[in-house]
Amino acid sequence: MSMDLGHSGKVLADIQRSGRAALIGYLPVGYPTVEISLAALRALTGEDDSPGVDLVEVGLPYSDPVMDGATVQRAGTRALERGVRTRDVFSAVETVAATGTPAVVMTYWNLVDRYGVDAFARDLAAAGGCGMITPDLTPDEAAEWFAASDTYALDRVFLVSPSSTDARLVSTVAACRGWVYATAVMGVTGARANTSALAPELVGRVRSADPDAMVGVGLGVSNGVQAAEVTAFADAVIVGSALVNTLLVADDAGTPGDLSGLRALVSDLAAGVRSGRGAAGTSTDSAGLVGA
Amino acid sequence: MSLHPPAQLPDASGHYDRFGGKFVPEALYAALEQLEQAFQASAVDPDFQAELADLLTNYTGRPTPITEARRFSAEAGGARILLKREDLNHTGSHKINNVLGQALLTQKMGKTRVIAETGAGQHGVATATAAALFGLECTVYMGKVDTERQALNVARMRLLGAEVIAVESGTQTLKDAMNDAMRDWVASVDSTHYLIGTVAGPHPFPMMVREFQRVISTEARAQLLDRYGRLPDAVAACVGGGSNALGIFADFIPDTDVALYGFEAGGDGIDTGRHAATISNGEVGVLHGMRTYVLQDEDGQTRESHSISAGLDYPGVGPEHSWLAATGRAHYEPITDAEAMEAFALLARTEGIVPAIESSHALAGVIKLGRRLGQVNGEPPLILVNLSGRGDKDVDTAINWFAIDTSGVPSSEQEGAMQQVRTHGDPAVGDLGKGDVA
Repeated sequence: MSMDLGHSGKVLADIQRSGRAALIGYLPVGYPTVEISLAALRALTGEDDSPGVDLVEVGLPYSDPVMDGATVQRAGTRALERGVRTRDVFSAVETVAATGTPAVVMTYWNLVDRYGVDAFARDLAAAGGCGMITPDLTPDEAAEWFAASDTYALDRVFLVSPSSTDARLVSTVAACRGWVYATAVMGVTGARANTSALAPELVGRVRSADPDAMVGVGLGVSNGVQAAEVTAFADAVIVGSALVNTLLVADDAGTPGDLSGLRALVSDLAAGVRSGRGAAGTSTDSAGLVGA
Repeated sequence: MSLHPPAQLPDASGHYDRFGGKFVPEALYAALEQLEQAFQASAVDPDFQAELADLLTNYTGRPTPITEARRFSAEAGGARILLKREDLNHTGSHKINNVLGQALLTQKMGKTRVIAETGAGQHGVATATAAALFGLECTVYMGKVDTERQALNVARMRLLGAEVIAVESGTQTLKDAMNDAMRDWVASVDSTHYLIGTVAGPHPFPMMVREFQRVISTEARAQLLDRYGRLPDAVAACVGGGSNALGIFADFIPDTDVALYGFEAGGDGIDTGRHAATISNGEVGVLHGMRTYVLQDEDGQTRESHSISAGLDYPGVGPEHSWLAATGRAHYEPITDAEAMEAFALLARTEGIVPAIESSHALAGVIKLGRRLGQVNGEPPLILVNLSGRGDKDVDTAINWFAIDTSGVPSSEQEGAMQQVRTHGDPAVGDLGKGDVA
């Protein structure tokens, strides 16, 4: 059975057909402040003639983020200290959606559970969001989320990991609507010097489970060159910690509103995904290699 | 002694009705399944059972005795208080029971490294001990705040060869230590077993730790039947994550005439908001891989917990306790820091036993309970309480709390300090909790 591409998966598929891989960028709402985070999210989508990401992951900070590395956690802790609230995520989604770039939310389950799963889905849809990524919720515990995401026609993106068994990989891919989030290395989020060798193998396993699935690869990409490498085998490259780090650098320098570092990285990454397939050979060759 | 096969609860997916489950990153699923299979196999493996029984007898020193606390009981409305002496285990608490079981499983799974979180340091010390015994690499995560208030245990762990990492994220206490241990595990799961110290976390941990701690109630139930010819009227324990409580409850859960009481850390008092009384004051949510009662704010962000006892300073609780509370099978009440410290001093002076501050919450609870119960069927009630650990690690805290003079001057100043021990707080020790007599 092939995956229902929902809203966000169709966006990724259209970009795929145009001959390149998509770029997905993560930033949390509320850091360095709610207001500046909205500006940062807009900057993420590109400005004027400069392209940005193709899909935005809006993060909602949580007090106990077990999948986040030091960078994302530090930003999240500060955002919470500075008063970010769950409701702010909907303004952030609205801000992104207004630019014409689609947005999904990524957060830990207790915040959604507490808000009310149906209410969260309703307000996310009303804000123009197209779905949610759930790092600590697998399909096993997701009955309420299945119902709410169906009611409000939202995409549900679950994670697969190099340690996923074949059986779990098949059932998780089947449970997704939109695309599948492949965590490319064993570990928490964070920029790494080298992208993982485990990633192509994992993407290949997802394609064996469902040849039509859209696969985003995350965890570890920090610059345009690495992004280009990932485009050789993934439908979308996910970047988070490296983007958040530009905001930490500005904040630590006493200029939290300075988004120039963020803009520079976004344009480097956007150029990377546009150069990638050329540098790595044709997408057909790469896909064949991975599928083998 | 042998492990019982897992009881009816949880169900196959790790749920205790609406509590429990596995709210974890996909990256950990395979490891949890491997662990569950290894545990289920061990439960019916006579070699495993024999090896564990041998360790519990010849290394830990089980069975632990039951001590009737006669002078202490005088403060408890005439109830007969029976102490299950888990403080006499090797390493000084019940934690070793679970650690030895999981260390054996680690070996069976072919893993070479264990990681653990610790609050008071008791579980960290127990884990470091088992790692030394089994030749496993060991890393213990401990909140920075806790490393400062339990420096002695940090030194013990390092002596035992463990690496101790002071966790500086979040509130720098037990919950943050758990977060960092979980992060380590996501990245190291192929070689590493996460040796959770309590009946919390994702399935199968709550079930598995209960089964490794069940030995406490299996022994105690037989000891009481043998010595008193009957079951106790009530069984009591302190509850942080809840492993010593579930250990002493487990075999009594089907005995519906036996009341079960869990005493939570009331800190400065529930109304101050500075406490760790998760069941008494929390709401249902998801934390550390389980659905359970959680201290959380309006948005679901975890609230900071407070307790004088590092081992109870946790904003969640094992899911089976949430289930026992929701069904009414067990009752949970908060005990303040002051009440716990009074019971701490009282047990020392009346029985010659210095209890852990964690266990002192249970002792304060049974004083109140004994007074409430009065006579049962014309007899003094029998109350079994889990003395889960010894208080050596807490002496520094006691010095500060009671302003104990340690100068060694045998003068009237020394008299003054002892007097303070006797009368600290208001009401004084002898009047503990009279206002709560029903």
